[in-house]
Amino acid sequence: MKIRNREEAQKGGLNMTSMIDIVFLLLVFFVMTFKIVELEGDFSVRMPLAGTDSIPMDPTDLPLKLRLRADENGKLTSMSLNEINLGTDFDKLRANVVQLIGDTAPVEGEDGPEIEIDTDYNLRYEYVIRSITAVSGFKDGNEVVKLIEKIKFAKPRR
Amino acid sequence: MRVESKKVDLAEGDLTPMIDMVFQLIAFFMVLINFAQTESNDRVKLPSSQLVKPPEVPLEFPIILHVAKDGEIILGGDDYTAETLRVGLQKEVAVIKAQGKTLEDASVVIRAHKDTAAGDVQEVIRVAQEQELQNFALRVKEDNS
Repeated sequence: MKIRNREEAQKGGLNMTSMIDIVFLLLVFFVMTFKIVELEGDFSVRMPLAGTDSIPMDPTDLPLKLRLRADENGKLTSMSLNEINLGTDFDKLRANVVQLIGDTAPVEGEDGPEIEIDTDYNLRYEYVIRSITAVSGFKDGNEVVKLIEKIKFAKPRR
Repeated sequence: MRVESKKVDLAEGDLTPMIDMVFQLIAFFMVLINFAQTESNDRVKLPSSQLVKPPEVPLEFPIILHVAKDGEIILGGDDYTAETLRVGLQKEVAVIKAQGKTLEDASVVIRAHKDTAAGDVQEVIRVAQEQELQNFALRVKEDNS
């Protein structure tokens, strides 16, 4: 009787050790490979090589010109939009863009206003993105109001 | 004898709640794991912008260029400079053409470090333009603050 009882008890209690080993290995794997994913998005820039467009440009359609100047450390020192000096204030840039393109509904696609960004070579890319953010729209509550969708770069300055 | 057998029970312990929790944790990490991180690069810290949204439709034929802080360009695991990038892009262009697509279908995704010189990014764009690529996407981090 004693022997039988012992055998029954061993059958009833499963040996969990190996499963727990594997499960912990899995857990460690997932914890180690875990990385918080930062959401990313794109600013689309359509920029064919200059000179491929044979259509003569309408002088009234001339792009707005944004000039960005940098000091030797790559820090933004001043901006000007169509010769209007804006200092380093991106909100002022946005306000000027709104003023220049008018408060009409934004035109989608090819016919919208265009801006050309002319930047010093060593300006940090972050400032370029901030200026693109300022000219391409603003957030009104949860909705994004679009301003300029056509962005191009002037020739790099060496 | 009874007391002794009780002690044995206590030593074994009940593993059920622990296993429950561990499975929960595994399920949590499995759901959140993202294998599509091949796009990112440790040398690139993207600038952020409040306006961008993650794209709803993935790009048809993306060519991902990482631009590190020193202006070095990483394409498909290989390092290039603005001068040698042409060779790398020609390979990509050949792949696109072999698939029967035009260069207008392709888009060059530029993931540049936020402190890179803007001129380096412009150089990358210029080299890509010379390969007749014309769609560019400047990748930035979404900023919800």
